[in-house]
Parts: sequence; structure tokens; C-alpha cells
Amino acid sequence: MAGTESEPTGARDASLPARAKIAVTAGRVAAVLSQKAGRGSGSVIGGKIALRLDPDLLATLADHLDVVLVSATNGKTTTTRLIAEALRAAGPVVSNALGANMPAGITSALAGGSDARFGVIEVDEKYLAGVARDTRPKAIALLNLSRDQLDRAAETRMMAEKWREGLQDTEAVVIANADDPLVTWAASSCKKVVWVAAGQAWKEDAWSCPACGGVMQRPGDDWFCQECGFRRPNPHWALQGTHVIDPQRGAWPIQLQLPGRANLANATSSAAVAAVFGVSPQVALERMRSVTAVAGRYDVVQYQGRDIRLLLAKNPAGWLETFSLIDGPPAPVILSVNALDADGTDTSWLWDVDYERLAGHPVFVMGQRKLDLAVRLEVAGLQFHVVDSLEQAVRMAPPGRIEAIANYTAFQQLRKAVAG
Amino acid sequence: MSESSLRVVWVYPDLLSTYGDRGNALVVERRARQRHLNVTRIDVRSDQAVPTSGDIYLIGGGEDRPQRLAAERLRNDSGLVRAAENGAIIFGVCAGFQILGHEFINDLGAREPGLGLLDVWTTRGEGARCVGDVLADVDPRLGLPQLTGFENHQGITHLGQGAKPLATVTVGQGNGTGDGTEGAWRDTVLGTYLHGPVLARNPALADLLLKLALDVNALPPADTTWYDALRAERIAATSRPA
Repeated sequence: MAGTESEPTGARDASLPARAKIAVTAGRVAAVLSQKAGRGSGSVIGGKIALRLDPDLLATLADHLDVVLVSATNGKTTTTRLIAEALRAAGPVVSNALGANMPAGITSALAGGSDARFGVIEVDEKYLAGVARDTRPKAIALLNLSRDQLDRAAETRMMAEKWREGLQDTEAVVIANADDPLVTWAASSCKKVVWVAAGQAWKEDAWSCPACGGVMQRPGDDWFCQECGFRRPNPHWALQGTHVIDPQRGAWPIQLQLPGRANLANATSSAAVAAVFGVSPQVALERMRSVTAVAGRYDVVQYQGRDIRLLLAKNPAGWLETFSLIDGPPAPVILSVNALDADGTDTSWLWDVDYERLAGHPVFVMGQRKLDLAVRLEVAGLQFHVVDSLEQAVRMAPPGRIEAIANYTAFQQLRKAVAG
Repeated sequence: MSESSLRVVWVYPDLLSTYGDRGNALVVERRARQRHLNVTRIDVRSDQAVPTSGDIYLIGGGEDRPQRLAAERLRNDSGLVRAAENGAIIFGVCAGFQILGHEFINDLGAREPGLGLLDVWTTRGEGARCVGDVLADVDPRLGLPQLTGFENHQGITHLGQGAKPLATVTVGQGNGTGDGTEGAWRDTVLGTYLHGPVLARNPALADLLLKLALDVNALPPADTTWYDALRAERIAATSRPA
């Protein structure tokens, strides 16, 4: 099944209870049929059918694994991948590496990993508490929380509250970003927390104290609430420049093939997770070097004889991190934005993004909502071209590697376009 | 006015800036600068005093709890009420619109007093949340083209005798009262449920705020090419039967 890295069938299936065995088999059949019908990997439909036949299947499958859950608004797919690579130093890993991160997709991924020791699982924010209950994880990594798809998602602080309530009894070691007040608040009711100073460039969702509503004070990297005393915990691990600082103050260089500050942060959190399972930061970081593109993100592709780097940015925090990693002017930049259901249908968030930072770049805008982008860029005082297709943008772009930044479905469309 | 600077006050971005509300401030600034007006934008955090000397006050949308905190702090501060009494332009969106009224239902399910600057009050809808694109015809006295925007709210806002509907929806829910009204206004205080942000989708509304603030009937023309293209695209997409 999609996203799993072990053999699809194996010894452990034999040890599953009869009901679980039937459910796993039925799910596989459905997945294969769906795949043959050309409807994607089939992992979600397979998982749905399997869960209907055996609602406890996720718990049964997780029972034999050391489970790690990874959740966040941004970076969960990449971090899941980094942790999976790091833990392979200690044993076989099964993972939902393609980002099918709701219970059906997770079930499907675990059903494929029959001889794995570790289950490294990306979980959609909304499902984290339930999946944590079912899979009894050994570790949970909480990276960040920020506004995302507000037309249908829960409000950001409500999400933090759901995490806080859902995780307070967990036996897992929670690896949490101490630089994100919402994540800190969510994690601070847990029994075992490892705090990571992973940074958080986007601050606009945490100006009011998640505990009492007081106005947050944020001098430098610190943060605290003057009214109730809720404050940034002392981190055990930290990202410092391009080094991971471990709890013994050892500094380990991060050498990733993935660009950007956000991925240095993801690597730092991943090293802290690996340490829970006895994998040293040195070994963990060495293994993370092998990770290149993750589900097409950061991939440099050739199209019409030009190099294009594909960058996914789904929300204001994601765009902010992306702007910090692109090549400087005069590198051409293509922006593509859609507002389909999977993207969120309200484009107001474009106005939370500092497009002013693209000044000096030749900018091309496309996608279903290119006119929303055009107004946004006009008000930002930028020069830009509105185009109908990637082909047109590339034809007009001056020389140099092109940075193409797109939100969710627009990104999928770019990948399809460059694949021909 | 040309001597001094037009002061645009953005009220409580730390609490009420969830739906791209910064866009409304950016568009007002931009539309003013295109007319070579001096503009000063003042962002007032909720632990700061609201100045009474502003010309245009913008108050945006937000989640339920920040909305309650904002209402508490604005009632204690009184700067916004005094500015309104001085004739300043006050423009509220969604949660901000509700705060301008007499009361709304807060995150704890209780009736929370607003500022009473508009004769409206808000209850909580029992049905589905109002989410989606909106088209609305504006009160003809305001002389504006059709509004386009995006609504996302559970509140239902009822208008008293002292408030006029800002617009009447042709697509969408607006105030949610079932009579098609959208937003409210009285003199220089205006409220709407529309995001988008609303001033990016409706530059003529941004211009109206400027005209009211400058007390003029007309402004020099300013380019609206991309706004017009966006409006045409949104109006067509929203009018199309689903």
C-alpha cells in the first residue's frame, strides 16, 4: 500500500486476530482495485473499508509497534520523513510517507508494515487526540500551530485546546516546540515533555495568551504573559544557527539537502524524537542527510529547458518560511494560488502574507485565484505579470532558476504540468 | 486635510485580525496614497490606548474569545466611542461589526455588551454557519456598486430603528436574519460581515471611507484595473448556479 516501505504481506499478518486479518485483506483488495481504476494510491479507500470491518484495527495494528505521531500546521510530512529516516538506524520503519494523515490513510499505511518495529505517523491536527488514544504512541512531536483554512478548520486556539485536552493523559514523551506559545500551552498539561527551541517565524496567532487571554510580551526570542505568568519553558534541545544543541550542550551540525530555516527546525525536533529511542543526534542527523524532495516539495525539475524549484506554501506561516529560503533577486518567482475545497475557499489569508518581500524579483502569478493575487501584489506596490499557464510564465521569465511557490491543489497541478 | 496627515487607526490587530483584515488597512492606505494624500497608519494593540484623534478606524474579524477580550478592553478604554462622537469614520467587519452593536453572544455563551455605536444586536444562529461567497446591492444612498465578499459567521445580527442595512444580499446570508439585509450603517459608522478582505474586493467602499473622512463628494480617479478584473471574476463565479 501507498507510503509503506516494508513488504506488503508478512509474518505479522498471521498473528493478527481473525477480524483484523479479514479487514486488512479487504482493505488491500479495495486499494488495488482503486489503484487499477486510476484513482490514486488507493490507501484512503483501503483504510476506510478496513476500518469499517474492524473499527479497532488501528489499535490492533499499532499494538506491535513503537509509534511516533507527528502533528503541526506546517512541516509534518517532511518531519515524519526525517524521523522515519533517523529511526531506521534502530530498526525497520513503517510510515504514511505520502501524507495520507487521517485515520483511514494511517490504518492503511500501518497495515502494510508487517515486520516494522517503528510506526512513524503524520497525523492531521484535528485527528491527533483520537489517533493518540488508538495507537498509544511512545512519542508525539508537536511542531507548530497557526491559522490555516479558516473557512472550515477549527480556530487556532481551539485546536490547541483540543490537543491539550486530548493529550493530557498520554503516556508518550511529547516533543514540543517551546517557541510556539500555542504548542507550549497544548503540551504543558502532559506528563513527559521534551521542549525544543525550534523557532517560529510567524507570530500573528499568539499575541494573546492561550491560558488567560492577556497580551503576550515577546522580547527577542522569549515570550511570556504578564497577567498569568505563562511563559516559554527552558528548552532541552535547541536549533542554533545550523546546529542542533542537545541537552548535554553538545552541538551537532545539520547538513540537509532540504532548504530553509523551517527544515533546520524540523531536523532539530526529529533529532529530539530519535533520542527518545536511543538514536544519537549524530547518527540521526547523518541519516537525515539522505532525504531530498518530500512528496515533490523542494524538488528541482526541468521544464522547457529551465530549472524550476517547486515549493509548497499553504498558509501565511508557510509562505513566510518559504520567502526566507528562495534565491534572492533577480531570481524569477512564479506564484500559483487556488481556492478549491482542499485549499480552503476563502482567499483572505493572502493579505496576511508579506508579498512586499518579493520586491526586486520578476513575479508571475497564475492559478484559479490569480486575480486575488494580482490585487494583493498591486497593493503591495510590486511589478508582476498575470499568466494563464506555467508554460507562459516560463516562456516570459528572465534567465535563472525559477522559484515556483504554490498552495495545495495549485502545487499538485504544477507537479502534473512539469511531468508533461 | 492636505496639510496634515490622514490617520488610519487599525484597532487591535493582536485580537481581531484573523481573516486577512490587514488587507483593509493596506487598501485604505494604498487608495489614499494614490490620491497623493499623506497617510499615517496607527496599529493599536489591545494593551494600548485607542487614540481619539484618528480619521478612520478599522476593526476586524476574529475568533470568539479574542472578540470578548476586545469588547472588554474597548469598553474600558472608551477611545473608540469618543472618536465616533467626534465624527470619525468607524468601519467594523464580522466580529468587529458585532462589537460596534449593543451586544453579542460571547465564547462562554453569555450576552456580552458591545459599544452601542450601531443600533444592532447579535444572537447566535441555531442553524448551519454562514460560510461562502456573497453578493449584495448597497443602500442606494451610499452610491456604491454591488458588494462582493466572503462571509464566515455563526452570529445573526438584528437591526434596530437607528440603523440602516448597508446592503441587501442577492447571494449569501448577510446578517443571517432571513430578510436579506447585510451589515448596517448610521452616519459615519459602518459594519459588514464581508471578508475578502471586503475593501480589496470593493475599492469603491474604501474610497467612500476616504470621502467621508475628508468630507468631500469626489476623489481624483485612481486605477482599479486589477480590482475590476477580480470583481468581474468573483461576481461571475458567485452568480453561477452551483
